[in-house]
Amino acid sequence: MASLQTATEVLEQSFLEIRAKLLEIGASLDRIERAEDSSHLKNDPRLAQISRSIEILNEDGFDRAERIQQVFSDSYDPNWNS
Amino acid sequence: MYFVDPHVHMISRVTDDYERMARMGCVALSEPAFWAGFDRGSVDGFRDYFRQLTEFEPTRASWSRIQHFTWLCINAKEAENVSLSREVIAMIPEFLDRPGVLGIGEIGLNKNTRNEATIFQEHVDLAMKTNELILIHTPHLQDKYKGTRMIIDMLLDDSRVDPDRVLIDHVEEHTVGHAREEGFWCAMTLYPVTKCTPARAADIIEMYGDDRIMVNSAGDWGPSNPTAVPDFIQELRRRGYSESKIKKIVYDNPLEFFAKSRNFAFTPPDILAAEEQAKFD
Repeated sequence: MASLQTATEVLEQSFLEIRAKLLEIGASLDRIERAEDSSHLKNDPRLAQISRSIEILNEDGFDRAERIQQVFSDSYDPNWNS
Repeated sequence: MYFVDPHVHMISRVTDDYERMARMGCVALSEPAFWAGFDRGSVDGFRDYFRQLTEFEPTRASWSRIQHFTWLCINAKEAENVSLSREVIAMIPEFLDRPGVLGIGEIGLNKNTRNEATIFQEHVDLAMKTNELILIHTPHLQDKYKGTRMIIDMLLDDSRVDPDRVLIDHVEEHTVGHAREEGFWCAMTLYPVTKCTPARAADIIEMYGDDRIMVNSAGDWGPSNPTAVPDFIQELRRRGYSESKIKKIVYDNPLEFFAKSRNFAFTPPDILAAEEQAKFD
């Protein structure tokens, strides 16, 4: 079941939504930076996850959402039950 | 459009929610057993809960002409209490032949611990011995990928399990492919912040197809929306999909899966309406 819409139609419909979400992310990161104890968070792994996810947004492909999910996921060991 | 919500915890919702769902086209739903927000203290607590799921909730749903089905288990969050879990698993067969009981669920993992895995496998064993369908809960957030893979490993390790009789719920972009490749049914949960949005669920349908997949609200006592399935319907309409394509996902697919249960007795809404009209003719 492929998309019925053209890329132009999808962009038309989602541009303002994407813009709003990027602004929310920017403002949230600013809020963290402005807070008094922000220097304590320099090594917080969650900020590294956010940073890596933002890098993925700028990469090519149509599986960005899946790759971002993996950034926020614990690793799986296929031999967990042995 | 008529729709089925295959996963919603109506015990946590008010009667007005049944009515709102009905007005938006909901004709049937299934309610898995889940965590009450606190750990229950005894097997009798679960027995009372199962009575509510099999007696009062179907009655309350019927007030809005919604057909109610249910699934029974002890939730993964309570599986750390292994002895209580085993008492509950031993008690579940008291309810398995009641009308509307579709099978064992929602079983799965929460924090992916050894005890959770043990109790999950014992639930699966019960389902195999009693020939029940299985509804799987997959963990949230960072635990989801690892937990889903572990669950699939355990199901595939049990040669009695037929993937066509198992529904893996709460799949997202990074887990849907694994579940589908092994032949399981899948469901996506439309849930604020922590799970899928209607748009992302529609994207997953576009990427993976509309066979053996459905969407649900998983409405419960937390922030959730029992009318999320109509939001998904609107998203697909906005993208230009035909009513028959949408109906397959929100109505035909859940009914096809439920129909594999010996306790599934569903009256299509048009027939139900005609039967009610006949009472007044």
